[in-house]
Amino acid sequence: MKRFLAFVKKEFLHIFRDYRTLIILFALPAAQILIFGYAVRTDITNAGIAILDNAHDEVSSELALKLEASEFFTIKAYLTSYDEIDAAFKKGKIEEVVIFPEDLAARLQREGNATVSIIADGSEPNTASLVTGYTTAILNDYSASLLQRLNTSTPVINPEVRMYFNPNLKSHFMFVPGVITLILILVCALMTSVTIVREKEFGTMEVLLVSPLKPWQIIVGKVAPYFFLSLINVIVILLMAWFVFGLPVRGSIALLIAECMLYILMALSLGILISTLVNKMENAIIVSFIGLMLPTLLLSGFIFPIENMPKGYDYFSMILPARWFVEIIRSVMIKGAGFVYVWKETLILAVMTLFFIVLSARKFKVRLEEGSK
Amino acid sequence: MEREKVIEVEGLVKKFGSFVANDHLTFDVFRGEIFGFLGANGAGKTTAIRILCGLSRPTSGKVIVAGIDANRPEEIKKRIGYMSQRFSLYDDLTVRENIELYGGIYGMTMKEIRPRTEELLNRLIFSQYGNTLIGSLPLGIKQKLAFAVAVFHDPEIVFLDEPTSGVDPITRRQFWEMIYETAARDITVFVTTHYMDEAEYCDRVTIMNEGRIVALDTPSALREKYDSSSIEELFVKIARPKTETA
Repeated sequence: MKRFLAFVKKEFLHIFRDYRTLIILFALPAAQILIFGYAVRTDITNAGIAILDNAHDEVSSELALKLEASEFFTIKAYLTSYDEIDAAFKKGKIEEVVIFPEDLAARLQREGNATVSIIADGSEPNTASLVTGYTTAILNDYSASLLQRLNTSTPVINPEVRMYFNPNLKSHFMFVPGVITLILILVCALMTSVTIVREKEFGTMEVLLVSPLKPWQIIVGKVAPYFFLSLINVIVILLMAWFVFGLPVRGSIALLIAECMLYILMALSLGILISTLVNKMENAIIVSFIGLMLPTLLLSGFIFPIENMPKGYDYFSMILPARWFVEIIRSVMIKGAGFVYVWKETLILAVMTLFFIVLSARKFKVRLEEGSK
Repeated sequence: MEREKVIEVEGLVKKFGSFVANDHLTFDVFRGEIFGFLGANGAGKTTAIRILCGLSRPTSGKVIVAGIDANRPEEIKKRIGYMSQRFSLYDDLTVRENIELYGGIYGMTMKEIRPRTEELLNRLIFSQYGNTLIGSLPLGIKQKLAFAVAVFHDPEIVFLDEPTSGVDPITRRQFWEMIYETAARDITVFVTTHYMDEAEYCDRVTIMNEGRIVALDTPSALREKYDSSSIEELFVKIARPKTETA
C-alpha cells in the first residue's frame, strides 16, 4: 500500500506541474459551459408524442390521425389521465403530449372554438420548440379545413403550448449534461491514455514494471488521480450551472454523482484500452479525439437530437456510452427522475463499463507478456 | 572457498513460438561481481535480462535470482534494481522527488529515505541540485543519478541495460567508477553493453550469439584463449552474426 501511495503521489505531481493539464482539467469545463450556452437549431422527424384524448369524438380522432400521418410525429402512447403525463415524459420516449379537451367536437359546434393543449419536454429546448411549432401548424391547418367544411367562419382550435421541466426554455439547461459528458471523456479517456503512453514512450514504464509494484497497481495508480479530479470537475460544473445559469439539480444528487462515477470508470477503462493500442502520445490523442470525442459530440444527442438522425446513425449512437449517459443525467438533473426511470440506461452503461474494463485488462496483460516495446 | 552465487541459471530456454531466443543458457553470477553481458542485437541478451528481472518467464530450465525462483517474479523484483538504456527518471519531478518516488516504490519509509537522500546528494556533489527539476539537468548528471536511484534501496543485484549509450567518455568513466563503488558494497552488477572497452572493466564477461552463450570467462582469460589483443577483436571473431558473413 505504501508503495502504491508513493506512486499515486507522483501522479498528482505530474498533473499539478503541467499547466496544460491543469488548463484542460479546470479551465476547459468552464469555457465549454459558457460557449455551449448557445444552442444549435435542428429539424424534427418522427418525434415521439403521446395523446391524452378526453374527447373521444370525431374531431379528436381526426386530429390524432393527422398528427400521426405527418412525417414529423409518431404516436407512442395514448394516455388516459393527466397523472400519466409526468411519468410518460420521464420515460423519455416522447417529446410532447397533445391533450384534447372533453367534448371537443361538441364545444366547437356550440361555442365555435376550443383549446388543445400541447405540453413539451422543455429539458431539450431545441426539440421542444420545434415539435410544438410543428404541432401548432398542423392544428391550424386542420382548423382552416374545418372552417371550409362547415362553411362557417366561427370554429377555431386554439393551440395552447406549455413547457414541462424547463418552462422558460433555457437552452443552456441541456448543455450542462452535454458538457459533463464531454469533459469526462476528455479528462478520463484522453488524459489517462496520454499519461500511460507517456511512460511507455519515455521508457519509465519498463522501470516501473521491474519494480515491486504490481501491474494493476501501476494502472490503478495512474488513473486514480484522474478519477478524483474528474469528480471534482463534475461538482464544479454543477455548481457553475447552478450559480451562473440558475439550474439546480432536480433529482437526487447522490444518484447523479453515482452515475457520473460509473461513467468515469467507463471512460478510464477506455483510456487504458487506448494506451494498450498505441505507443506514441500523438496517436493516443488522435485516437481519443476521433474515436471518442467526435462521436460523443455529434452522436450522443448532446447537440443533435437522436430522433433526427438518419437511421444508421441512430443505431450507431446506441453503442456510444455517451448517448446513454446524456440521457441519464438529463433525466436526473432536469426532469428530477429517480433511479426507476434510468435503470435501463444505467444497466447498459454498467455492462459497457464492465466490458471495457475486462477488455483493457486483458489487452494490458498481453502487452506485458509480449514485452514493452 | 566457494563464492556465494546470487544468480544461478541452468539450461534456460525461452521460446517465442518456434523461435528460440535463449538456447540452454547456463551460468552463475557471484555476489559483488561485475558481470558483463555482451552480444550483438538480437543475440538474446534482452530476453535473458527480462527473465532475470522477473518480467518474463522461462520456457524451461532453472533460474534462481537472489535465492528466488524465476517463477516467483514478485519476490525477485523486491531484491533487485534496474536501469534501462532509456533514461528512467521523471523530467517534471525534482531530483529529491524522483529519489523519494523510487524509494517509496521499493517499500522504504520516508524516515529511511530522507537521510539517505542527503547522503547521496552530498556524495555525488549534487546537493545544489536537490530541488531542481530533472528535465533541466545535463544528460551525464541525469544518467549518474538514474544509477544512484537504481541502487538506492540496496538491492542484491542491479541490472544495467546498456547504461552508457549516448553518454560522453568522461561521464562514462565516472559512471564506471560508480559501478566499482557499488560492487564494493557487495551489490552484484549485471551489465549489458555495446562498448567493447567497457567489457574490459568487468570481472567476468559472457558473450552471446544467436541465443547461445559462446564464451564466458574473465576478460584476460578470454583474450588469451582466443589470442586477441582486445575483447573487441575476439568479439568480432566469435560473435559475428550470420547475416553479416553472408
